[in-house]
Amino acid sequence: MSTITLLFSIFLLTLLMITTMAIVRTRNLFVAVMLMGIASLLIAASFFLLDAADVALTEAAVGAGISTVLFLGALALTSERERSPSSLPLLSLGIVAIVALIVIYATFDQPPLGSPSAPVQAHLTPWYIESTRELIDIPNVVTAVLASFRGYDTLGEVIVVFTAGVGVLFLLGTGASASAAGAPLSEDNAGLRHYLIPRILGRLLIPFILLLGFYVQFHGEYSPGGGFQAGAIVAASIILYSLLEGEQRALLVIPQGVLLAMMVGGVLLYGAVGVAGLVLGGNFLDYSVLDSDPVKGQQWGILLIEIGIGITVAGVLISIFHAFASRGAA
Amino acid sequence: MYYAVIVATLVTMALALLRAVRGPTVYDRVLAVNMFGTKTVLLLAALAFVFGRPDFLDLVLVYALINFIGVFAVLEFFRNRATRAGERQPAQHE
Amino acid sequence: MNIAIDIASWVLLTLGGVNLLIGGIGVLRMPDFYTRMHAASLTDSMGAILVILGIMLQAGLSLATVKLGAILAFLLLTSPTAANALAVSALLAGMKPRTGDAVQRTNHEADA
Repeated sequence: MSTITLLFSIFLLTLLMITTMAIVRTRNLFVAVMLMGIASLLIAASFFLLDAADVALTEAAVGAGISTVLFLGALALTSERERSPSSLPLLSLGIVAIVALIVIYATFDQPPLGSPSAPVQAHLTPWYIESTRELIDIPNVVTAVLASFRGYDTLGEVIVVFTAGVGVLFLLGTGASASAAGAPLSEDNAGLRHYLIPRILGRLLIPFILLLGFYVQFHGEYSPGGGFQAGAIVAASIILYSLLEGEQRALLVIPQGVLLAMMVGGVLLYGAVGVAGLVLGGNFLDYSVLDSDPVKGQQWGILLIEIGIGITVAGVLISIFHAFASRGAA
Repeated sequence: MYYAVIVATLVTMALALLRAVRGPTVYDRVLAVNMFGTKTVLLLAALAFVFGRPDFLDLVLVYALINFIGVFAVLEFFRNRATRAGERQPAQHE
Repeated sequence: MNIAIDIASWVLLTLGGVNLLIGGIGVLRMPDFYTRMHAASLTDSMGAILVILGIMLQAGLSLATVKLGAILAFLLLTSPTAANALAVSALLAGMKPRTGDAVQRTNHEADA
């Protein structure tokens, strides 16, 4: 990392510090949501400066639109003003201070950022780079590591996303009973239909957002991207549609049942690919046996599990949005 | 060549952040966030070329396409609150 | 030829940077929300156009230029729409633009 990019990084992190301090200090939750948007942009730019394009893309896909929408949906259910703390939380302050000191102390043992002699750079990273070319033969090493070498971890992540979605739906309800109970479409007051400019432009852009989502999904082996990012982008386009046309219409396009099937189906597809490896005589999540050519098998496996990830992430995000939106409308 | 424009973008981001922190109305903050988003798009586009990694432009495309959804959510949020309050409600001050 | 392209792209990038700075200062210094919005739209339109055109000249005829063109098109579509949505929601909440007789008022509370 050259000196100038280091300076850019320090500048961005300083802005991030200011933003987070402001988030902590404000009592108005709407202001906090807006500042969180800025924090997300700053974090993505910092990832970008560190050359971590896949992570930056995730932050972009989730942080730019969806988290603001979900926060505002939650805010519509509560009051806008944060309750002042009744007393100074000395115990928690003390614990936080001690943990912070321990973490800072631990960083003294860390090798400097990007040091070539760090254990990670000396052993693991070269092995991943070498083996990716040899065993999987796709240009994006991050996708290879995420989907194949660390396939167990990613399966765990998808299950975490799925569990989070199920948890939110248990707390808030699917909203199906309230909005889909034969109620006629209330055309006059749904979404932003009266705002001509947003509506026309949104309609124009939704196909492009969907297209970009599929590009990120299926091009993830060659450039930054993959199932997590694509799922979030596709969810963003559906959420944009429901903002514009009202939630009921969005539920007509993709009914609640389909969303639930997507949530479950993606995880099942991922698991089924793993089991297929077992059945064909390999290990769980060992894709090499899926095709007569092990390299082709790996590529098939990665393609399939990325689709599984994308379906689950999109289903979970859209379901959570509907859960909040139907609560807010009731 | 790119450094001048990157520095200008960073300074503009800092100014927008200042506006977001100072307010005074919530709309000023939304405006600042939106402006911050487009400045991030320009910053990342320039940085992609400084690094010589034009394939990173995919990320910039994502920002250019979905950054504005948040503003629509803000509009919907205020519209909902206005209809629920039943009458005109003054803008909230911090 | 190469030098000509370099100079042209340098001029575009620098002008774009100047526009960004002017808009940034305007957002900070303008007296009320609607005027600040005017300053912000300068960075979203002129700033974005000049900077991306400057980068496009450097990229030459490649896939990157196509992507940059798409980015510019999307920016030019989305940011005025976002500005419109924002102005509508501010008006909806009853925020009045500051007009001539309001100039005498010195403090910001009047903006609400």
